[in-house]
Amino acid sequence: MLYALLIYENQADFARRAASVETDEYVGAWRKYYQAMVESGIYVGGHPLDVPETATTVRLSDNKSQIQDGPYANTKEQLGGFTLLELPSLDAALEWAARCPAASYGAVEVRPVTSEMERRITN
Amino acid sequence: MKGRTDEQAHRAVEAVARESYGRLVALLATRTRDVAGAEDSLGDALLAALTTWPRDGIPKNPQAWLLTAARNRLTDHARHQQVHDHNVPILQLMTREFEEIADPDALPDERLKLLFVCAHPAIDPQIHTPLMLQTVLGLDAVAIGRAMLVAPRTIGQRLVRAKAKIRKTQIAFEIPTPDQIPPRLEAVLNAIYAAYGNSWEDATADPRFAELGQEAIWLARVLGEQIPEDPEVRGLLALMLYCEARRPARRSADGRFVPLSEQDANDWLMPMIDEAESELAAAAQMQRPGRFQIEAAIQSVHAERAHTGRTEWTAIAAFYDQLMQVAPSIGGAVARAAAYAEVRGPEAGLALLDQIDPQAVIFYQPNWAVRAHLLQQLDRTQEAARAFDRAIGLSEDDAVRAFLTEHRDH
Repeated sequence: MLYALLIYENQADFARRAASVETDEYVGAWRKYYQAMVESGIYVGGHPLDVPETATTVRLSDNKSQIQDGPYANTKEQLGGFTLLELPSLDAALEWAARCPAASYGAVEVRPVTSEMERRITN
Repeated sequence: MKGRTDEQAHRAVEAVARESYGRLVALLATRTRDVAGAEDSLGDALLAALTTWPRDGIPKNPQAWLLTAARNRLTDHARHQQVHDHNVPILQLMTREFEEIADPDALPDERLKLLFVCAHPAIDPQIHTPLMLQTVLGLDAVAIGRAMLVAPRTIGQRLVRAKAKIRKTQIAFEIPTPDQIPPRLEAVLNAIYAAYGNSWEDATADPRFAELGQEAIWLARVLGEQIPEDPEVRGLLALMLYCEARRPARRSADGRFVPLSEQDANDWLMPMIDEAESELAAAAQMQRPGRFQIEAAIQSVHAERAHTGRTEWTAIAAFYDQLMQVAPSIGGAVARAAAYAEVRGPEAGLALLDQIDPQAVIFYQPNWAVRAHLLQQLDRTQEAARAFDRAIGLSEDDAVRAFLTEHRDH
C-alpha cells in the first residue's frame, strides 16, 4: 500500500533551509531520515518543494485562466514537500511520519494513495 | 410439517446471527481490513441462509456456512468492481481455512483485534465506542444511541465515515504493541462497559441482552489475559461481575422489579461476588486507581450487605465524589445525589440533583426516578407525582414502569 507523507512547515522552517549546512539539525536530520527510508526498502519517491513565495495558483473561470501569485491555501503552515512510501499498514505509515524531522517542528499529514482512482486515470 | 422446519431454520439463523455476529465480522474483516464490506457480506449471507436452510436443512457448521457465503459475496463484489484485487487471493485462502474446521468453536476469535482497530487514534475518538458496539457486539443504532445517550441518527453517518477510513487507510488488524495499547485501551473498556450497560437495562424478557452481558464479561476476561498488568481491565471485570451477580435478584418470582436496596442478598450469586472481590483486590495492589476500579468499589460496598446486613452509604457517597473527579458523567452525578440523600437526607440529595445541567438530564430516566422518590420522602406530593410520571414515560421496561406506578400511587 502506498502512503503519501505531506510535510507542512512554517515560514521560519523554510528560512532555515538557506542557512543550513549538510550536517546540522535541519538538512542533516533530513539526510539521515532519507537514508533510513531508502535502506529500509520502503522509499518510493518524493521531493522537497521550494518556498511558498515561488508558488503560482491557477484557476479557470469563464474560460479564462486566472493566475494568482502565491500558494493555494493562505495558512501559517505550508506544504514543504512530500514523500511516497510503500508500507503494509496505516500504523507503519504513522511510525514513519513520527520519525520525519518535520513532525517535531511542523506537521506531517499521512494520506493513502488511492489505487482505485489511479487505475481509472491511467488505464 | 414444512412450517415447522421453516421455523426451526429461521430460529437457527437468528441464533447464529445473535451468537456469532461479531466473531464472523471480525474473522472476515481481519483478512480484508474492510469492516463495512464484512458487515454487508455477512448480512447478505444471513439473508441467503433464510431461504436456503429451510429448503436444504440446517448445515452441520452454520458459522462456516455463513463465512463461506459471505466470502463468496466479497469475491464476487471484488471481481465485479475490479477493486481490492489484493483481497481475492486472501479470500480464497480463507475458504479452505474455514471449510477444514468442523468444530465451530475452533474458529479463531479475532474480536479483540477488531476492538483495537475501532479504538485506533486515527479514528474520530467520539465514534470509538459506537463503532465497537456495532461491529464487535452487533448492536443497532438505536441501542447504541441509548447506551451513549445520543440520538441514533447522528451516529449512523459517522459510523459510515469511520469504516471508510479503516478500509482506505488500511489500518492493520493486529493486537497493538505494548506502547500502543494504553491510548486505545480506554475506548475499548468504555465500549465493553457500554455493551454491558445495555444488557443491564434490558435484562428482563429478551435473552439477547443477557447474552450481551455475558459477551461483555467474556471480552473483559480475554482482555485481562492479554494485558494482565492493567488495573482498569480488572476493575471493569470486577464491576461487571458484581452487577451480574445481582441479576437473579432484580426480579421477584412473579416478575416484578426489585430495586437494589430491597433485594434479598440470598439471591445474589456469591461465587461471582467472590471472583469480583479478588479481581478488585488484584487491581488495587497495582496502586493505579481509575474510573472502573472506583465503580467496582461502589458495588463492592453494596455487596457487603450480604455479610453485614447493612449498606455503608457514607463510603458509597465518598466513592462517588472520587468518581466524579476522575470521570464525571451524568449517570455518576445522579447516583452521587442518590447516595448523599441516604447519608444526609432527601433535601441534600435534591440539592445535588439541582446542580446538574437540566438540559443534560431531561431525557435521563434515573434522574426523574431519583427525584420522584426524594420529593415523595419530603411529602412534596404533587411535584413527586409529576416526576414519577416523567420517569414512567422514560422507562423502557414494563416491570420498572409498574414499580414506579405503584410507588407513585402508594
